[in-house]
Amino acid sequence: MKGIIAHLNKAFENRIRLGIMSVLLVNDTVEFNRMKELLDVSDGNLASHISALEKEEYVLVQKQFVGKKPNTTYKVTKLGKKAFEDHLTALEKLLKG
Amino acid sequence: MTDQEKHLQDLKEIRSLMEKSSKFVSLSGLSGIITGVVALIGAALAYYRLQQHWMQSDGGRFAEYSSFVHNTIPVQLGWSNLVFDLVAIACGVLFVAVVASTYLTVKTAKKNGQSMWDKSSQLLAVNMMIPLAIGGVFALIMIKQDLFGLVAPVTLIFYGLALINSSKYTLHDIRYLGFAEVILGLMNAASIGYGIFYWAIGFGLLHIIYGVLMYFKYERK
Repeated sequence: MKGIIAHLNKAFENRIRLGIMSVLLVNDTVEFNRMKELLDVSDGNLASHISALEKEEYVLVQKQFVGKKPNTTYKVTKLGKKAFEDHLTALEKLLKG
Repeated sequence: MTDQEKHLQDLKEIRSLMEKSSKFVSLSGLSGIITGVVALIGAALAYYRLQQHWMQSDGGRFAEYSSFVHNTIPVQLGWSNLVFDLVAIACGVLFVAVVASTYLTVKTAKKNGQSMWDKSSQLLAVNMMIPLAIGGVFALIMIKQDLFGLVAPVTLIFYGLALINSSKYTLHDIRYLGFAEVILGLMNAASIGYGIFYWAIGFGLLHIIYGVLMYFKYERK
């Protein structure tokens, strides 16, 4: 049992982080506002979890300007995709076991 | 909550977020039923209009009728009153169907907490519109070329392809409706002249059946 639990990724222990990764896995790029709307979280909360995932190099943050408005979009990295999929597999195994 | 329950909850949430963020799942079954009924009324009106046209006075129209049905020789109808009326009926059906479906879909989307105009509904609309617009232009060219017998099969086939193409972005079930429309279109192409009959089945009956199935599968709780 312990062996399986070790596969669960600490970076995804939080609900919001799980949500961010879920959304990014099925969408090419997602804007800040859309992510906020989907997860129903506050600006600050989302930003802090995103930056945690960015530090792990699981998420790529792209900032650009549309006209004068700043526009932030997120993308999942190859590493992030692999890590999240491993995490999901571990979760499933845990539930079956 | 035990760890087991928490993990199960996590997985459930992951699945729902993946679906919610990439698919527009708020199509209303009722809108399918309404579209079908309106299409049947339209088909009846078109049939009545054609009968009236061929019954008119001289009887000389019989040759036109038989060539219209069997497509032996192109009928030189051009943009006559008849064609104008038929196109008007088709546009009327389309208009009522779109307005009613939009209204019901907005209502369902609100209930599901999904916004009506987000990335997922935009993807759905774009992927639906590409085959539909091409099919529409193709049908208009067929009318222009006096190949009326091909209009119904072409619209059915392209509508079916549009549904198959957009099934990635909404309820997967519309894929089957799409295949059914394409098969009907191909059958119609093999028996040209029965366009109104196939149209009534494809746009009327199939929509009603699909709408009822969806209503019971997703909405009635």
